[in-house]
Amino acid sequence: MERREFLQKCIMVVVGASVPVSALTFIDPKKVFAANPDIQWAFLVDTNKCVGCGFCVKACKTENDIPFEAHVSRTWVERYVYTKDDKRYVDSPQAALHGFIDSRIDLGRGEFKEIDPKNVGKAFFVPKLCNHCSSPACTQVCPVGATYKTDDGVVLVDRSWCIGCGYCIMACPYGARFFHPVKHVVDKCTFCYHRLSKGLDSACVNACPFKARRMGNIHDPNDPITQIIMNERVGVLKDEFGTKPQAFYIGLAQEVR
Amino acid sequence: MYSYHRKSNVMEWKNQPAKYGVSGRERMHEYCSACHGAVVKVRTEKLHGIIPCEDCHGPAMNHPENPEKLTIDRSRELCLRCHTNLPYTTSERHRIPGINPKTHNTGAECVKCHNPHNPSLEGMK
Repeated sequence: MERREFLQKCIMVVVGASVPVSALTFIDPKKVFAANPDIQWAFLVDTNKCVGCGFCVKACKTENDIPFEAHVSRTWVERYVYTKDDKRYVDSPQAALHGFIDSRIDLGRGEFKEIDPKNVGKAFFVPKLCNHCSSPACTQVCPVGATYKTDDGVVLVDRSWCIGCGYCIMACPYGARFFHPVKHVVDKCTFCYHRLSKGLDSACVNACPFKARRMGNIHDPNDPITQIIMNERVGVLKDEFGTKPQAFYIGLAQEVR
Repeated sequence: MYSYHRKSNVMEWKNQPAKYGVSGRERMHEYCSACHGAVVKVRTEKLHGIIPCEDCHGPAMNHPENPEKLTIDRSRELCLRCHTNLPYTTSERHRIPGINPKTHNTGAECVKCHNPHNPSLEGMK
């Protein structure tokens, strides 16, 4: 092969090889992933915005057929009151189904405590629900395999397989599970899975007038919720349990657990 | 990590019927104003515009077909959820005007005097 011929062939190879490379740049990885969105649902609670109206609890119970009069709920709101003489009070009367319409603290057993308004140091409300942990304790203890985590990160219970033994109720560090008084199986927050799959917000997110409750896809870096979780100071409940909760809180206090 | 999966159950949960309707304040106002335009317009401009219609009017997924008429909660307790005066200066609750339910027109429904869609005191009935 002559030197001239060799160089000509080299140029042809380089030009030929560069065509498929430039063609490859048309494939945008983002667009490929958008066709198969990898969804992981996460919840964001802004405790600074919550006023304790309890509309979320009312909407949740209505949407998911949890009897109003039963003292169980998939979500609830807690009130924290710190007094100036360094006492702390927490209550959640009827899971805050009717909000906080009494300034007295519900101590349980029918006892109520009035706190002198001048003695109130700080007070706030914290909505709670199932954390849909990445590493849930509840799904591991089920003896019949009735509870599981879906591909998009929601912990569900198969009502036809649950035998109602209550192991998962004990295993959950957050007290998010309870025994359904009508269905006689374990029940818990589903992130309103039926609503999410229809493109709707969950009932509690929908009902909150103050946007204290929000939901998003934590695998989508452009999701506003993911942006907040990535860029702002958020906390999770009981991190030391290693359950990797997927409900994030803005404005946590150390007493909130 | 070790755990079970019940793939056949996922569709069962997905197929549960929804009760509350369109999500998001803007979309909801758009949907409701198709028939109730005048009252939606009043409330969007006033303070109570942030409250979703369904919080007081009840779930409206297939309204107006089913249910034809919504059950409106006009109870005093509904308003008191936000408007009970609680002495919490550090909470957002403090920014909402509050009353003492034991002394403020006890037993009367709030909507007898206050217009829930336009709550400013000039707009009182």
